Amino acid sequence: MQFGLQAYLFVGAVLFVCGLVCMATKRNGIGVLMGVELVLNGANLNFVAFSRYTSLGLDAQIFSLFVIVLAAAEAAVALAIALNFYNNHLTIDVDRANKLKG
Amino acid sequence: MTGETLRNLLMTAWLLPLLGFAIEIFGGFWGSRKSRAAAWLAVACIGTGFICSATALVVWGNATHWAVLSHGDDHADAHAPAAHEGKQDSAPAQPQGAATDTARYLTASLAASSTEEAAAARPQTVFSGTIYRLASFGSLQLSIDYYIDSLTLVMFTMVTFIATCIHLFAIGYMSEELTEEYVDHHAHLRNGHHVHRPGRFYRFFAFLSLFCFSMLGLVIAGNIFQIFIFWELVGICSFLLIGFYTERKSASNAANKAFIMNRVGDFGFLIGLMVVWTYFGTFQFGETVDANGQVVQAGLFQMLPRDADGNVNRNPETGEVMIGSASSPNPGGNRGTIPYFLLVTAGLGVFAGCIGKSAQFPLQTWLPDAMEGPTPVSALVHSATMVAAGVYLVGRFYPLFVHEVLLTIAYVGCITLFVAATIAIVATDIKKVLAYSTISQLGYMMLGLGVFGWGAGLFHLVTHAFFKSLMFLCSGSVIYGCHHEQEMPKMGGLWRKMPITALTMLVGVIAIAGLAVPGLVGLSSAFAFSGFHSKDAVVATALAFVKANPAHYLLFIVPLITAGITAFYMFRLWFYTFAGTPRDAHVYEHCHETPLIMTGPLLVLSLLAAYCAWGGESGVLYRLITGDQPAWVHHGIAGSPESLTLPGHAAVAAVHHEAGLLALIAAFSGTFVAWLLYGSGRVNVEDIRRQLSGVHSFLANKWHFDDLYDAIFMRPMHVVGRFCAWFDKTIFDGILHASARITLVVSRWDRTFDEVVVDGLVNLVGNTTWSVGNAMKHLQTGRLRQYVMFIVAGVVALFAILLSTFPG
Repeated sequence: MQFGLQAYLFVGAVLFVCGLVCMATKRNGIGVLMGVELVLNGANLNFVAFSRYTSLGLDAQIFSLFVIVLAAAEAAVALAIALNFYNNHLTIDVDRANKLKG
Repeated sequence: MTGETLRNLLMTAWLLPLLGFAIEIFGGFWGSRKSRAAAWLAVACIGTGFICSATALVVWGNATHWAVLSHGDDHADAHAPAAHEGKQDSAPAQPQGAATDTARYLTASLAASSTEEAAAARPQTVFSGTIYRLASFGSLQLSIDYYIDSLTLVMFTMVTFIATCIHLFAIGYMSEELTEEYVDHHAHLRNGHHVHRPGRFYRFFAFLSLFCFSMLGLVIAGNIFQIFIFWELVGICSFLLIGFYTERKSASNAANKAFIMNRVGDFGFLIGLMVVWTYFGTFQFGETVDANGQVVQAGLFQMLPRDADGNVNRNPETGEVMIGSASSPNPGGNRGTIPYFLLVTAGLGVFAGCIGKSAQFPLQTWLPDAMEGPTPVSALVHSATMVAAGVYLVGRFYPLFVHEVLLTIAYVGCITLFVAATIAIVATDIKKVLAYSTISQLGYMMLGLGVFGWGAGLFHLVTHAFFKSLMFLCSGSVIYGCHHEQEMPKMGGLWRKMPITALTMLVGVIAIAGLAVPGLVGLSSAFAFSGFHSKDAVVATALAFVKANPAHYLLFIVPLITAGITAFYMFRLWFYTFAGTPRDAHVYEHCHETPLIMTGPLLVLSLLAAYCAWGGESGVLYRLITGDQPAWVHHGIAGSPESLTLPGHAAVAAVHHEAGLLALIAAFSGTFVAWLLYGSGRVNVEDIRRQLSGVHSFLANKWHFDDLYDAIFMRPMHVVGRFCAWFDKTIFDGILHASARITLVVSRWDRTFDEVVVDGLVNLVGNTTWSVGNAMKHLQTGRLRQYVMFIVAGVVALFAILLSTFPG
């Protein structure tokens, strides 16, 4: 069975939407981070698919590698924030983090 | 070098008082007001100055082998002031005929070799040069020069000596100022109290020192511009000293009056200076020589060459006068001509300055008012310094005066001496009498100079300085002894209380009146005090002048009559004050003889007032003064029908006996009348005054000169001033106020515009930003998930827009 580009894009879109829903609904900070990872990976999947099926070539793959590295860095920073937030508030409920509210 | 020695000595004498002033003026800061240190410093300065001046006179005399004295001189006496040195006996005889015939007025300069022929006939007597060059503008050199001849030296010695006496006297007279709180009984505050102020002893002596410095600077000055500077300095000093009791309205008014009246004369002086500068191109009296003794610039005194008769060289066609040095043909390239009327203008201009300074008619009214100053000041101002400056300048500037100017000088002097003498008859203030007598005597000096008696006028200047300073100090002694009572009607009989003052005053009175005991050989050997000799010289010159020019007979009649009046009012003063019975018991009781520091100078001055002119016109003093007189003065100037004949010495000598006898008769009759009216007590003076009340009030009002000037100058000035004030208040102030009001209206409107439009715009922007921000802040909920939803919605919206805009 041969899958075309659309199949990959479809999976990427599902991942992206899952990530969005996860970010939008989770109150747990770690959950939100996981949503972010899903969104990023959805995007990565698209890049790789475009690399395979269009003339974008290796550029797209390098892009996805960058995204992975950035995601790792982002995860490290975000986890550190989450730890600190927990230290201060004994919770990681993002709705409690409203100090910067206008 | 004699010139340098003389210069250094006279400069020391000149500058020491300035040093004294610089120190004394800080007396109030550096010392106690009760200290006499300032006074002694001033005395030391001026006393050293006197020693230097006298030494300079000796040096000068030795360098010239006393040629001026050895002129058939057998009357030289050890009492004469120049005889401090006792040198005249050793004076070697000089070939005098040759010496007097040489052009004496030609300035032999510092580099003595410049005028060989003059030097051969007679040693150099005139020393001139530059001390310091201030500035040079093109060919105009402004410098501090010196010009030393016998007149300079005599003036220096006289001024420093009299000033020393006056300084000493002032130590006693001003001792009331030695206090922290001086009560001025003549100055009242608005509430009727007397003025209380700190004593100003030190300040008085500082001003005296400055005064001496200015006067000496004037005498040593070697150019006319320098004279002008010191002329003004003398004016300033007299202003400061006349207004010394500045809290008194009368004193400050008198100081202003003296200063302003002098400015009137100085205006003429400036015009004269301009003419001199424009046509002669130099201010210097003496020649300027370079290092080789070559004359590079002729002096003013060489620029107006006279022919053998003493007339100036006039171009026969145009009437213009040749300018140029006779001794050095055209050294400065400024040989030219000057229109005759401008030469007269220059002379009259300079003389106008002298009129102001020497209180001649018509500017004489400041001098009596100047009596508001302390009495030592009056003595200094009215004998040796301020008023002498005018006469001195006329004498100094003589080479540039032509006939018309001399005649003006003579008539001005003639009017002055008569007017002032008549006012002195009725004055009752002891100082006022002396003030008017000063004006009158200054008139004599001017008259003497004007009728070609160069020596006579200056001779009278020196003798007058001695006896007038003596009399002023005597009056100061009386005023001090009588506790500042100046009105003679309240005195009388004071000789019992103050014998020394009375006696010395009598010496002065006899001297000024010109009384004499005729000698066996004739009048020339008469036993007489100084005033007789000098006045005799003036009157004799006037007689010689009138004999040569009968049209001007008034120039002899008036001074002759005035000689009688002089004797009258001076003896009136003496009888009124010292003789008779006391008229005011209170004044008489509290009156006392003054201390030695005040009577000492009186005694010394009385000796000199009596004997300084010993020998008359063959005496030492006259010889010294006339040592460097302009040559043509000696010969006289023979006149043509249309011009004046000016008498020479021979003409004067011919009428000397006659004039002397007439003057003596006038003096004795004046004395006799004075004794009759005031001394004998046989005539009731009040009756006479009532009989002649019209004349008396005319004289007592000073010939209404003050009223006249009030009407001519003051009233119109007040009218003009009032008009100016009105103009200012209505027109100028109106314009100003209107513009101010317009500005106010405009600025009010401007303020409204600012507040409404500009501020409104700015506020609107601010308010809008504020409300927008307020509205937008609700978006910032702080809920993370909501933000994510916004992002999603935004992305979806973006995609929707993108896809709808670019389908496919």
